[in-house]
Amino acid sequence: MPKDTLVHAEHLTRYYSLTCAVNDVSFDLAKGEVLGFLGPNGAGKSSTMQMITGNLAPGAGQISIAGIDLLDQPKRAKLEIGYLPEQPPVYRELTVDEYLYYCAKLNRIPRSHISRAVTTAKERCGLGDVGKRLIGNLSKGYQQRAGIAQAIIHSPAVVVLDEPTVGLDPLQIREIRALICELGKEHGIILSTHILPEVQATCNRIQIINRGKLVFADTTTGLEQRMNTTALIAGFHTAPDITALQQLPGVDHAELLADQRVRIRYRGSNPAETLIEQSVTKRWRLHELTPECRSLEQIFIELTCSETHENGDTS
Amino acid sequence: MIFTIAGRELRSLFLSPLAWSMLAVTLFILAWLFLTQIEIFLSLQPRLAALEGAPGVADIVVAPLFADAAVVLLLITPLITMRVLSEERRNRTLSLLFSAPVSMTEIVIGKYLGVLSFFLILLGLLALMPLSLLVGTELDTGKLAAGILGLTLVVAAFSAIGLYMSSLTEQPTVAAVTTFGLLLFLWIVDLAGDSDIRGGSVLAQLSMQRHFEPLLKGLFNSADVAYYLLVIILFTGFTIRRMDAIRLQH
Repeated sequence: MPKDTLVHAEHLTRYYSLTCAVNDVSFDLAKGEVLGFLGPNGAGKSSTMQMITGNLAPGAGQISIAGIDLLDQPKRAKLEIGYLPEQPPVYRELTVDEYLYYCAKLNRIPRSHISRAVTTAKERCGLGDVGKRLIGNLSKGYQQRAGIAQAIIHSPAVVVLDEPTVGLDPLQIREIRALICELGKEHGIILSTHILPEVQATCNRIQIINRGKLVFADTTTGLEQRMNTTALIAGFHTAPDITALQQLPGVDHAELLADQRVRIRYRGSNPAETLIEQSVTKRWRLHELTPECRSLEQIFIELTCSETHENGDTS
Repeated sequence: MIFTIAGRELRSLFLSPLAWSMLAVTLFILAWLFLTQIEIFLSLQPRLAALEGAPGVADIVVAPLFADAAVVLLLITPLITMRVLSEERRNRTLSLLFSAPVSMTEIVIGKYLGVLSFFLILLGLLALMPLSLLVGTELDTGKLAAGILGLTLVVAAFSAIGLYMSSLTEQPTVAAVTTFGLLLFLWIVDLAGDSDIRGGSVLAQLSMQRHFEPLLKGLFNSADVAYYLLVIILFTGFTIRRMDAIRLQH
């Protein structure tokens, strides 16, 4: 295991009675990484996060946090974890200051450092003005911030955030994203979400989980390459024969769409230039040529839906 | 770490009107009973003065007061303990404790001590009533101390049972009802022990009341104390196991 591996999860499996929530999930998180967990509802994101943070005992598998085994030495390992569950775990009857003070003590911050830790956490999460107010009277967004403040108060090595931007206004979402990016420099961060642009904006690694299984794991750059064009949409006034298009160099597959438009999938170099040349010489009267971009959403749907079909067929 | 959790528990109790109203109502009722007992004592006093080795204030005022107090505590303990763990589960705040570097034992004992310290405050205020008699009369402090010890043990056992019941459900009311049922059952289980049915003496041994009465009379019997300690240890142990099972469940 490399020295800067903060989270090492191996073959995590968890059953809820007979339903398999998490099935053989393994991954690593290194320092300075922001790992995005994507998946449809009920895919096993939250269960995985609960296992990493010691809230749920895994059925099988191993977890180590900063090189410390979570199951063997839970106390030492948990010192290095900050966790924000789906619902912020705040006590409504306490003020923000009291709550954070309590969290600081729970996380064994030495007495002399507590007030500094509380101030820093409040500053980072934009809670400066509401310290004296009761958490129960704050809006959802501020409660969420208090939840995040609680997770980072002891500056743990790993911060696990389960849907951190739910219920926030767009401005707050931007602030929280900026905060996550900033935290990502010194800590390792795992965050789950089903807001896809959020992943692109904040994460440098992405994992898609579906039906308890990891179906995709790559860096954001790798994903972007996958998202890059691999197809062209061409519109003709006099559409040529499909076979003629398929014989163009580099073209993998061509299919006819409505309105005499054709989708041309290719491998390697872009055949646009040859296509235009051919169009002029053979009078196809090309009037439209657009590279087709696959969005993260499409990749997500492809991965999660195809899997669902496969499973549906086999079962 | 235990005291951090206990401190927050106690603090949260006093941040809600529940604890205050509970203290006010309980102390009002007990003060009423106390004054009634004094009334009785005053009416008996002329006759008692003539007797050799007559029962004193501790027997006529303190013992009945504490016996009644135990019944009142039986009624209010479920209301205080019901939300301790069930509400944390319901509001999903338990994950704060679970992901903090704290062991399950520390969490449960912290919670337990938090609740117990509330009752100790209540008992402290209650003890002031008989102690105020010291101004005007003599009091058998040994008997008083035994009574306070008995009451403390009773309420500590009540709280341990309440805590366990609270860990079983997410509904505070369900926890309250089951706690009350179990406490009342353990209190009156010896009713069957008086009859000649088989196993009667075993049932009598299980009764909380049976182990409380000797202490009220000033009899310190280590078996009685051991009984309460066993109940406390058993139910806090159950609670720890139960909380561990929450992470394993489904």
